[in-house]
Formats: sequence, C-alpha cells, structure tokens
Amino acid sequence: MTDRAEIQSRILAEIEPYNKKGVAITDATTFAGDLEWDSLTVMDFVAAIEDAFDITITMNMQAEIETVGQLIDAVQKLQG
Amino acid sequence: MTEAAETAHDSTTPAEVEGAKDLFSKFDPLIAERQALLDTGVRDPFAIVMDEVKSPTLAVIKGKETILLGTYNYMGMTFDPDVILAGKEALDQFGSGTNGSRMLNGTFRDHIDAEEALKEFYGAAHAMVFSTGYQANLGIISTLAGKGDYIVLDADSHASIYDGCALGNAEIVRFRHNSVEDLDKRLGRLPADAQKLVVLEGVYSMMGDVAPLKEMVAVSKKHGAMVLVDEAHSMGFFGPNGRGVYEDQGLEGDVDFVIGTFSKSVGTVGGFCVSNHPKFEIMRFVCRPYIFTASLPPSVVATAATSIRKLMHADNKRAHLWENSRRLHGGLKDMGFKLGTDTPQSAIIAVILEDQTQAVAIWQALLEAGLYVNMARPPATPAGMFLLRCSLCAEHSTEQIDTILELFHAAGKATGAI
Repeated sequence: MTDRAEIQSRILAEIEPYNKKGVAITDATTFAGDLEWDSLTVMDFVAAIEDAFDITITMNMQAEIETVGQLIDAVQKLQG
Repeated sequence: MTEAAETAHDSTTPAEVEGAKDLFSKFDPLIAERQALLDTGVRDPFAIVMDEVKSPTLAVIKGKETILLGTYNYMGMTFDPDVILAGKEALDQFGSGTNGSRMLNGTFRDHIDAEEALKEFYGAAHAMVFSTGYQANLGIISTLAGKGDYIVLDADSHASIYDGCALGNAEIVRFRHNSVEDLDKRLGRLPADAQKLVVLEGVYSMMGDVAPLKEMVAVSKKHGAMVLVDEAHSMGFFGPNGRGVYEDQGLEGDVDFVIGTFSKSVGTVGGFCVSNHPKFEIMRFVCRPYIFTASLPPSVVATAATSIRKLMHADNKRAHLWENSRRLHGGLKDMGFKLGTDTPQSAIIAVILEDQTQAVAIWQALLEAGLYVNMARPPATPAGMFLLRCSLCAEHSTEQIDTILELFHAAGKATGAI
C-alpha cells in the first residue's frame, strides 16, 4: 500500500498545471467550487490521475469525489 | 387571470419577492446569458421556424427562400416520390398512429417490414426498431450493460450515449476522443473477468471527424469487450453498401451492435439496432425504452422501409454527396476559415469560430443572405467551442455549393472571421 502522504504529494503535483489561480490546496479544497474547474478540465485531470497511478476512476466514483481529500482517499483505496 | 395562475404566484415566487428561490433558480445563469445575447439585437439561433419546405435543400424562413445546409438530410430522401407514396398509402390503410407499445398492440405490418429492410441493408440477422435514435442508444446501452459490467466510451460521445450510461447500472469509464492508446490503457486496467461494452461512433457529429474504428475494434477484441458503433451520421454513404464507417474500414462481422437512426439519411424519424448475436431478440422483452413508449406511426415506418431499400442502390447520390463535401471543404479552407478537420472526412463540415459573439454574427449574416447552417455551442461541442456546422445533402447542386461558398466569403469578410 502506498503512503497517504506520498499519494497526496503526487496528486498536488498533478493539480498544479490546472491550478490557474494559484489556490492554496488543502484536503478540503473543492474542484468545482474552489478551483472553479469546468467539466472539461475535470475530465482531463481525471485522465491524468488515472494514468499517473494506473487506476480506473469510473464516472460513478467521480460523482462522489468533491474535495482533494476525498480524491486522495479514493486513490489510496483503489491502489489497495 | 385564472384562479390557477393566481395561486401559482404565492409569496415564494421569485417574480414577486426579490432574491427568492425556486426550482428554476439554477437556470438563472443560462437565462441571463441568453438574454444578454438577444439584447444585442441578434436573431435567436435556436428559434428558427421553416414556414415552407420546398425540397431537401430549400426552405422559406421569415419569407426568405433559404438554402438548407444544416439538416442531416444527407441523402435527400425526404421528398423522394416513392417514399412519399409509401407513407400516404400506409396512412390511408393503417391510420395516423398505433396507440400502443411495440410489445402489445403497436406492431403493424410496416414495423416488421422496416426491420426486414434493415436486415437486408446491413446483411444482419436481427433488427429492432425504436421510436427515435436517442431511445435506441438509451435502451440498448442501459440494458446490455448491467450492475458490475463496464461501459467504456469516447469522451466526445453523443448525449444519447451518455444518457444510456446514466440510465443503467454499469460502471462507466471514458477515454480521450479517438485515442486508440487511451482506450487500450483503460480497457487494460479493468478486471479481466468483467463483461465490457465499448461504445464508439463512426462519425462524430460536432466536428465531422471519423473514428479509427479498425484499430479501436482490434483493441476492444484483444481485451474481450463487445463493441457497439453508432453510425447515425454515416448511413447511406460510407462503405460499398452505405452501411457506415465500420463497413468502409472492413469491419463486417467484427462489430457486435450497430445503432442507427431514420432521422438522418433515411429522411423520417425513428431509431434502430442491428446485430448478429444469437440471443439478440430477448432485448425486446428487457429493454424499457423499447417497451414503455408508443411505437412509430405506420406512415413513418412505411417511408423508412422504402427509403432504406432505395439507399441500398443509391451509388450516384453517394458519389455526388462526397463531391459536395470535397468542394465545400476545399472552398472554405482556401478562404482561410478554420475547419474541424484538415480533410473532408464526412458530410459534416464544422467551421470553428472564436466565441459566441462572432459565431452568432456570421450565422445571422448567412441567414439574412439566404443560407441556414447549424450553430453549435457548449455543452454540445467538444472543448467549449463555438461552431457553424454545415451538413451537406446529395441533392445540393454544384451551383448551390458555389453559391454557399460566395455567401460564406461575404459573411466571413463582413464579420472579420476571415
């Protein structure tokens, strides 16, 4: 199992190119609200995360993930 | 004011109390955006009325004779005399409607005949006619893939495919538009023993680009997935028999399900799925968008059956449609318009514009000059683009294409698009 802190730092690195407004990221940061990502940005970002961790984040799961913290937890779980 | 209308306006109605919310409040940003656009004095691109339709390529809009270049009437079958006669005869013999589901009292002689015509057209063992193409995707996709199964779809898929996914209980995975490598990777990450359905389109309707089906079907088969291809925008003019992009790319026998529509090349309304799967007929008993809706009127299925059989032999029309596509694409490209594809890949040619203001300005200039094209905007378009979508017809004459090019040149110059 991968360490949560390591997953967190890799996810933060993936968020960086899409964080156009330089929002400070915490576990509570929301993708739609705080980062103001539209559906196209979300799609590109999810594909990048899937490729970075070699996992599948289905659209069904995406509907449940609203914050950075939830994404980190989901990736950790998917990596098993 | 009636009593009902009076009671509808109670104290929580936003019209009466500033800042109050109701179920419509979530649409306020869209209402404001539309109002701002219309306040600039432009005509509403989504409120066009054809007062007269003179032919597959000519209509009267607000008293002006207008060339139609945005109708999906690719093969120009809507005014075919044999098609119209078949519809009239069915209307006389069977009446105006069926009043029922295909499952119960809503299957007439011509529903079966339309399915026979589809089997002949596709060389397929089974054909199932739905009331619209939207319902065909909705029904087949939501029913085929159930709980624990996976649907893998192109990110730029049509709304009816996404809605089919949303209606069912399968796990949904998207891949980057037309990327064989991305599809391969995503299929490779799924559990090996899970059932998988890959959903593709022959022609993607916004940009008019064609899918690399040959490679995508090979990758899908490698991972043990079944393949469904929506050929809505290719029927009639791709492949030796006009079956679609899958036929054009030599994939006869490799595609499990073909979805299509009567509302484009066939020239009426309706949807269908054809398949050679030995158990396919069970779909009639489990597919809710097939069962719980009224079947098509007899005149509609009669026109569809006649049109489909004529499309099997429409080689000259096919050839002229491709000539039109090449002529329009080449002409627009030479003028400096930015197009959705580098080469004429289909009967759809998308002109890419900078923003909504420019798109509406050139759209209106064209309309006032006597040319109708589709304006397309997000969320229908990929990557948030504003497009003028031209869809060609086999009945457009070469002279009409030249007129269309002149009108585009004038409108493009007048609005600064070229």
